[in-house]
Amino acid sequence: MSARDGGYDDWLDAVAEGEGYYLECANGHGWLPPRRVCPDCGSRDLDEEPLPDAGEIATHTTVYVATPAFEEDAPYVTAVAHFGPVSITGMVRDVDPAAVEMGDVVGIDVGERETTGDRAVVFRPR
Amino acid sequence: MSDPRVAGAGVTDFGEHPERTGRDLFAEAGLAALDDAGVPADDVDALYFGNFMGELAEHQGHQGPLMAEAVGVEAPATRFEAACASAGAGVRQAVKNLRSGEDDVILVGGAERMTNIGTAAATDALAIAADDLYEVRAGMTFPGAYGLMARSYFAEYGGDREDLAHVAVKNHEHALVNEHAQLRKEITVEDALEAPMVAEPLGLYDACPITDGAAAAVLVSEEYAEVHGLDARVSITGTGQGGDNLALQDRPHFDQTPAADAATEEAYADAGVGPDDVDVAEVHDCFTIAEVLAVESLGLFERGEGIAAARDGVTTRHGEMPVNLSGGLKAKGHPVGATGVAQIATLTWLLDGSHPRADDVPDADVAVAHNAGGTAASATVHVLEVVS
Repeated sequence: MSARDGGYDDWLDAVAEGEGYYLECANGHGWLPPRRVCPDCGSRDLDEEPLPDAGEIATHTTVYVATPAFEEDAPYVTAVAHFGPVSITGMVRDVDPAAVEMGDVVGIDVGERETTGDRAVVFRPR
Repeated sequence: MSDPRVAGAGVTDFGEHPERTGRDLFAEAGLAALDDAGVPADDVDALYFGNFMGELAEHQGHQGPLMAEAVGVEAPATRFEAACASAGAGVRQAVKNLRSGEDDVILVGGAERMTNIGTAAATDALAIAADDLYEVRAGMTFPGAYGLMARSYFAEYGGDREDLAHVAVKNHEHALVNEHAQLRKEITVEDALEAPMVAEPLGLYDACPITDGAAAAVLVSEEYAEVHGLDARVSITGTGQGGDNLALQDRPHFDQTPAADAATEEAYADAGVGPDDVDVAEVHDCFTIAEVLAVESLGLFERGEGIAAARDGVTTRHGEMPVNLSGGLKAKGHPVGATGVAQIATLTWLLDGSHPRADDVPDADVAVAHNAGGTAASATVHVLEVVS
């Protein structure tokens, strides 16, 4: 078994338990872990804040030509969604790809990739 | 401070050469560049070599000395890696070193072997230019990232897939006379619109092909060119590089490329030119939408107006602002680590009149090269000018 990716796998664990968080600097910039400094303002004062319950899809694509690790998932929708001050990339599930629209409200969870069984950030309509 | 001259350049045929090793590809381009320059290998002070995915495609790291050996150069050799902007980053370092007076002759180039591993593995390899934890593991591919950017652009500024198809049609037409181009085939807007989807809204003809190839250029100090009586009529007068957050999700806008904005500002100021002075451009059209973002970052079009440039004919070879006369990455091909120097080679030949499309820009004396890595988390811009 390969080593865990510190920060990232802890964050996925928390999202899977419905206790997702993000890191916020003193100036309100949001990031995902691991971070020791805010890339925007240089603040090293980063606090864990609870992830908002719902996010809004900012942009999305339906991937038809996938990498081998996503071969059986394709076609699938990957989207970037804004959760307050932090933005997250995830796979949109439980919705027809053609019906996904910018502005759709989604919740965040951890799902499995169909191809490998590896964990992935997933969004579902809510 | 004097500006370095492009003393010579060479490229391989771009295309599918799965059996050709990276070292053989670069040897061909590098030797061609030295021959074109009339500069002996012994005079080369350094090799800067661009390559992105050599570990994955050829199980080969430490490519600097390998490539120096391949072209018969005994000089310090260093590989540059900035994803698709690897060679552009090498050019920038060469310009700085030549200007400083530290070196007189630098061989700069790049090579990429890609088709030997097949489309699926190459797609996988290209994806590592993105954030592995937060993008790739959520299904992001290289076309997928540009699909996200294209949709965002359409929503913010308007435009559609047909506008993008005109970029592909234009670049295919430009490549028809380029003997080194991978895709020398005329296409129509209908062909592009009817092609299979890769990452919606981008289809097959919105994407550059997967390419094997190499490019090289011999850059020399002005003094070296004069002392040795070289026929080197093109200078690199401006260099700029910008950076951005690696992951698209961490940027305030998905429909702009601020790293290229910054590189442009720096390069224009360095050269003392502005967008109105530019006669011809080679830009990083890894996807059709990328050309749109590039011409806006270069200030050749206002934000939101780049989308119509090809459709309106402005960026075609008969237009006021020809872009990608080589065929661009779209039709010429995109051997990732070589692309930045292939652009320098194209522009040098356009400015000195030896390129097959030079007749389309007979009075050009200022050219600009835009090379972008990933979703433009790295970008370099170089200004080339005819020596007066």
